[in-house]
Amino acid sequence: MTRLVVLAWGNPSRGDDALGPEFLRCVERLVPAVPHEVELVTDFQLQPEHATDLVGRDLALFVDASVVVPVPFGFDAVVPARDPTFTSHAMSPGAVLAACAEAFAQPPPPGFLLAIRGERFVLGDPISAAGRRNLRDAVEFYRQLLSDISMQAWRAATRNKP
Amino acid sequence: MTIPSETAAHPETLRRVVIDPVSRVEGHGKVTLLLDADNRIQQARLHIVEFRGFEKFVQGRPYWEVPVLVQRLCGICPVSHHLAASKAMDMIVGATELTPTADKMRRLLHYGQILQSHALHFFYLSSPDLLFGFDAEVARRNVVAVAAAYPELAKQGVLLRKYGQEVIRVTSGKRVHGSCAVPGGVNKHLTADERDYLLADIDQTVDWSRAAVALIKKMYSERKDFHNGFGYFQSAYLGLIRADGALDFYHGGLRARNAHGEILFDHVDYATYWDHIFEVTKPWSYMKFPYLRALGPEEGWYRVGPLARINNCDFMTTPLADAERIAFREFDHGSATHANLAYHWTRMIEMLHAAEGIRDLLRDPDLLKNDLVVTGERALRGVGVIEAPRGTLIHHYRINEDEQIVRANLIVSTTHNNEAMNEAVRQVALQYLDGAEVTEPLLNHIEVAIRAYDPCLSCATHALGQMPLEVELIDAAGHQVDVLRRDADGTVSHGPATDG
Repeated sequence: MTRLVVLAWGNPSRGDDALGPEFLRCVERLVPAVPHEVELVTDFQLQPEHATDLVGRDLALFVDASVVVPVPFGFDAVVPARDPTFTSHAMSPGAVLAACAEAFAQPPPPGFLLAIRGERFVLGDPISAAGRRNLRDAVEFYRQLLSDISMQAWRAATRNKP
Repeated sequence: MTIPSETAAHPETLRRVVIDPVSRVEGHGKVTLLLDADNRIQQARLHIVEFRGFEKFVQGRPYWEVPVLVQRLCGICPVSHHLAASKAMDMIVGATELTPTADKMRRLLHYGQILQSHALHFFYLSSPDLLFGFDAEVARRNVVAVAAAYPELAKQGVLLRKYGQEVIRVTSGKRVHGSCAVPGGVNKHLTADERDYLLADIDQTVDWSRAAVALIKKMYSERKDFHNGFGYFQSAYLGLIRADGALDFYHGGLRARNAHGEILFDHVDYATYWDHIFEVTKPWSYMKFPYLRALGPEEGWYRVGPLARINNCDFMTTPLADAERIAFREFDHGSATHANLAYHWTRMIEMLHAAEGIRDLLRDPDLLKNDLVVTGERALRGVGVIEAPRGTLIHHYRINEDEQIVRANLIVSTTHNNEAMNEAVRQVALQYLDGAEVTEPLLNHIEVAIRAYDPCLSCATHALGQMPLEVELIDAAGHQVDVLRRDADGTVSHGPATDG
C-alpha cells in the first residue's frame, strides 16, 4: 500500500490563490483504484513544519496556483533544493523536501508538483472563470494519477514543467 | 533623527538602482537607490506594496464575522489579526474585562503564534546569514545548508515551529482557519487531554528555545563589532507595556521611548492611539509612514517588534527570558541595543519567553473552565492592539446601528517599521555600494537588512513563478545600464529587466 500525502496551499479569499485549497475540496471524495493511504493537507503557505507531514510517506504531491505555468496546469517532479529568499512568507516544495531530508536524517519521499494556472489574486474575489476551467482539468488529471500511484507512472505523466 | 539622504535636492540628476524581488501579483518589495553623478547614495527607498484593500473588504460585513475574516489577510500571522480584531470587537460588545479562561486561552494562542513565528524566522531566514556570513554563496545561505552543517539545529527548528502550530491547532480547534476568540471571549476551553498533550513536549520546547538564545548570543558575540555596526542607526521605540512595566504581548498601554531611552509617554490607553501616533503618506510609496506626534514627522519615526519590546520593557515575567533580557541589555555596555541585527537576538529571547509562558499557562486550571464569554453595553467603535511577532498591531473599526462595519483602519507592524526599514537599507547601501557596479554581495547585504525586520507581505506574493531578487541600474537619463537577477533556483544572471 502506497502512502501518499497531498499538500495543497493558498489563501481561500484571494481569487485564484484558492485553487490549491479548492483542489483539495474537489478531490477529497476520490478514491484510488487500488487501496492506498492518502492524506490531504491544506494550509495558507508551505512552511518548514510541513516537513513533518512528509515523514513516513512513499510519495508527496504538492498543489498550488501558479502565474507562470501554461494553461491549464503543469506537472513535474520536485527536486529537494535550497530556497533563496528575503522573506519568511513562502517556502518552495523543494525546500520542504530538503528540510525533511536533513531534519529527520532520511530521504524525503519523491515529490511532484501540480501547478494550476491562476490569473487573478485579489482579496475578496472568487476563483476566476479561467481558474475554474484549469481546476477542472487538474482534478481530472489527478483522477488519472490515482489509477497508478507510483513514482514511475507519475514521472511518465509529467507535462508543462512548472 | 534627521534623514539626510531620503530626499535628494535634485533627484532628476541622479542615477537609479532598483532592487526588485519580482512578483507578478501584489505584495512585492523593491529597493530604489538613487545615485548622484559621483556614484554616491543620495536616496534609498524600500518599496512594499502594502495591502490596504482589506479595509474596504470588511465594510458592510457584520462585526462578529471580522475576527474570522481577518485571518485571510495573512497566512503567516493570521492569529495576530484574529486576536487584534477580537479585542476591538470586545469593545464593541462592551466586554471590558474577559473571564480568566477567555483571557488565558487567548494568551495561550498568542504565545503559540509568537513561538512558531520566531522559530520560523530564526531557523529559516536569519540563522543561515549568521552562521555562514553575508557573503557566503547562496548555496550555503539557506536552511538546507544549516541543516547539513547543524542537523540537530535544523531538527529543533522544524519541531519548535511545529510545536507552536500545535498550540494554535489545539487552542483554535483546527490546523488552519480555526478560531478561538469571539467578541467578548472565546468559543472553547482546553480539555484535560489537550492540556496533557501540549504539556508532553513543553519542557523540551523550553530547553530548545534556551539553546537558540545561547546560539544567537554566541554568533553575535563572535563578530560583535560587525553585527553592531551593520546598517547602524538609533531610533525611538514603541510597544505595549503592562501596568507594572512588564513586557506583555497581549495587552497593556502604549509606551514610547526616544533614542536615548527616555520615556516619551507611558501606559497610554490604546483606544486613543491617534492622539499619539499620526500617519503621513509619501508620493513614492503605497505605505503610510507613522510617527510619534510628540516628536513630529521628521524626528518621530520609531521601531516596533522584538528589539523595541526588549528595550521598552522594565522586566519580563518569566525567569529564563528575563535573565537573557538583562544579559542582552548589558552586553558590551549596551552596544547592541540599537543594532539592526539585534532583532535576531531579541527575537530568540522572546521565543524563550513564549515557551516559558506556555508552560506556565498549561499549569493554570483556569484553562479548563467553562466560563467563556461576557458582554456589556454596546459601542459603535472598537480598537484592538496586540504585540504581534513583528511588532505592534492596531485594528480599529467603526460599526453602524445595523452592526455592520462602516470603517476600518489597520496599522500593521511593517507599517510602523516602514521608515526604520528604509533607514536600515539606506545605511547598508551607504556602507556597501560604491555606485560603480551592481554586485551580488550588495544584494546579500540589503537582503540581510530587510530580513532583520521580516516585513509582512500579506501573503500576496506567490511562491510559484516568483524571482526573489532583481537589480536594475538606470542612469540619470533613464537608460538601463545593468540588470542583476537572482532566479528562484539561486542562479545569478545579467539580462533585461522583467516587468514587476
